[in-house]
Amino acid sequence: MADFAVPVLADDFELASPPALAPDAMAHCQPFRAQPAHNRALGFPGELVPDWEARAVARLGELLERSRALRVYLDSCVKCGACADKCHFFIGTGDPKNMPVARQDLLRSVYRRHFTTAGKLLGGWVGARDLDEALLQDWYTYFHQCSQCRRCSVFCPFGIDTAEISMAAREIMDSIGLGQKYCNEIIGKVHTVGNNLGLPGPALANTLEGLEEDVLDDTGIAVKFPLDVAGADVLLVTPSADFFAEPHVDGLIGYAKVFHQAGVSWTLSSYASEAANFAMFIGSYEQMHKIAMRIRKAAIDLGVKRIIFGECGHAWRVAYAFLNTLAGPWDFLDPRYPVPQHILEFTNGLIESGGIRLDKDANAGMCVTFHDSCNVARASRMGDRPGGQFAIPRAVIQAAVPRFVDMHPDTINARTFCCGGGGGLLTDDLIELRVKGAKPRMEALKQVVTDHGVTHMAAICAICKTQFAKVLPYYGFEMDMVVSLHQLVGRAIRLGDGA
Amino acid sequence: MLSVAIASLLAVATLVLVTGLGWRIARYTATPVPLAIPTMPAPLTRAGAAARVGREVVLFESLFGADKLLWLAAMLFHVGLLLVLLRHLRYVFPTPPLLIVFVQPFGKLGALAMMAGALLLLARRLVLPPVRFISRPSDVAMLLLLLAIGATGLAMTYFVHTDIIGLKQFLAGLPLLELRPLPDDPMLALHLGLAAALLIVLPFSKLLHIPGVFFSPTRNQADDSRDRRRVAPWARKLDEARHG
Repeated sequence: MADFAVPVLADDFELASPPALAPDAMAHCQPFRAQPAHNRALGFPGELVPDWEARAVARLGELLERSRALRVYLDSCVKCGACADKCHFFIGTGDPKNMPVARQDLLRSVYRRHFTTAGKLLGGWVGARDLDEALLQDWYTYFHQCSQCRRCSVFCPFGIDTAEISMAAREIMDSIGLGQKYCNEIIGKVHTVGNNLGLPGPALANTLEGLEEDVLDDTGIAVKFPLDVAGADVLLVTPSADFFAEPHVDGLIGYAKVFHQAGVSWTLSSYASEAANFAMFIGSYEQMHKIAMRIRKAAIDLGVKRIIFGECGHAWRVAYAFLNTLAGPWDFLDPRYPVPQHILEFTNGLIESGGIRLDKDANAGMCVTFHDSCNVARASRMGDRPGGQFAIPRAVIQAAVPRFVDMHPDTINARTFCCGGGGGLLTDDLIELRVKGAKPRMEALKQVVTDHGVTHMAAICAICKTQFAKVLPYYGFEMDMVVSLHQLVGRAIRLGDGA
Repeated sequence: MLSVAIASLLAVATLVLVTGLGWRIARYTATPVPLAIPTMPAPLTRAGAAARVGREVVLFESLFGADKLLWLAAMLFHVGLLLVLLRHLRYVFPTPPLLIVFVQPFGKLGALAMMAGALLLLARRLVLPPVRFISRPSDVAMLLLLLAIGATGLAMTYFVHTDIIGLKQFLAGLPLLELRPLPDDPMLALHLGLAAALLIVLPFSKLLHIPGVFFSPTRNQADDSRDRRRVAPWARKLDEARHG
């Protein structure tokens, strides 16, 4: 099945041994480079510029002026190693450059060399290095082996967040013409078409009509999937994978049924037909801003009162933590609701108020566990208290299925492991990395399957869902073991007057 | 002659420490945080976030969750160092306050804890393969410097007592720019020289984790981004362009 060794899973998560160091084990694994056209479309040089070293150093200098986090984190690391064994990519590959501190050091060494007195005077003694071709190669390789999941930042005594560093490194690489194909091509599609998949408005309308027919056939109820309906109460912004991929689309059907049963008018937008914002992955504030502004424009043009986001991890980070800064203020929306809201906040509120009713028998035979998406868990919140992002999804699942079991405590909530495909790595050219990076999650999953008979793992992120559907079979699981959370809701919800 | 050398060294070290650290802190303060990036779950209020930073500084909360042995070594070292520094205050007060008198015996224990902690940290650095991989010569040198400062101090406490009265007079003269003789003791000179070296190195090394922990956005930001915009000065143009 694979031309690399799939990691062997331990039976008990706690007994999984720390990886032996395997230097350069993943040095061969890197994503395709962006075509000149993809780079230029985003305002980056098409190809590696001749004076790339000087321009990279200059760009680093600019970023240091723009971000306190970058400056403080490049200064503060004491190389204690607390983060070393916390990264799923290190656990899965053993490559020491996948230890968060070592990954940071790839950039920190250049910072030391050019921006610190000690580095200028003492060079390698204090870990300072020139940015030469070999180091740039390591940058491209290992900053694309970081899913920016922030698990290391939970354990660092100074809160150093490797995501901030890898975002800066990717932005520097873009600025010298060394872009990554997957991210840059997708960002270009959002600018021109409105979504990551490049699905134009008419095709989207067609898809949604098809879904309406499917649900009608299935339930006998005319559940609508509105598109570009001016005057609707809610603008739903969801990852475009929800429009057709499995199991994502079952989640979209779930949202539609919830809106239908709650009697809340809603609409999708063909202009802002994408919740994802891949510009975060490449660290570009300007690109992130440009994408976020599509949502503002759609909300104004359609005259909605609320904005709700569908199931997507990094999209919810951008929405929850950044959108107000990037595209706010939202004073034209209904002030009674937080902006934006997560679909789970909406659904959970309806369950609590009795606005919708779920029938667990519809999911009979299921024993479900929940994969906390890294960006939801460690970079956002749901509800009105800290940790709502853990409690609310679990409450909704428990209302929808007969049995729920959590995975090992070191692999859930704030300590959740990335699926292995986040951060702009969900591309087939990185399949080896994705399979190996999924190891700790697969280990924890295997344990609850063996011990508790777990049948399904619910996810609330388009990337997690696609990643698991792809890598589960490598570990001997069925690909449809991963389900959308709102898929469970959609099956359990009582529709119609008898509800 | 030695008095002049040590006095000048201490003066230079203080100057370098204050200006160097002041400059770094000014840079940190002047650099904006363009987006909300607290590691969640995070406190909802700024007071809560300040308490979170306090727990990191006092309890090493995150490190405790990461690695218990490393936490123990770090605690031994840092708490020990704190007690030692408090104990040292008696050398600068003509009549030490009660607290400083009280802390004296704990200061001696602290010295031992600090040495034990530093030795544990050094052992980890030399033995554990992941930590070896990320270590540079300066990482080892820093621990050796701290151990040497501790060892010379302990030697004077337990074996070759130095002239404390003379030292106090020497130190009392420094802020008055008055050069009084330093007791003629090579161990004392070495101890002071090494300590001065530490102060000089601090603003240029990973010892910047001391101010760094207070400026870390993942720890000191409140979770309030749905209610509060934070447009950085450099992003204002972008922000205004769309309102216009």
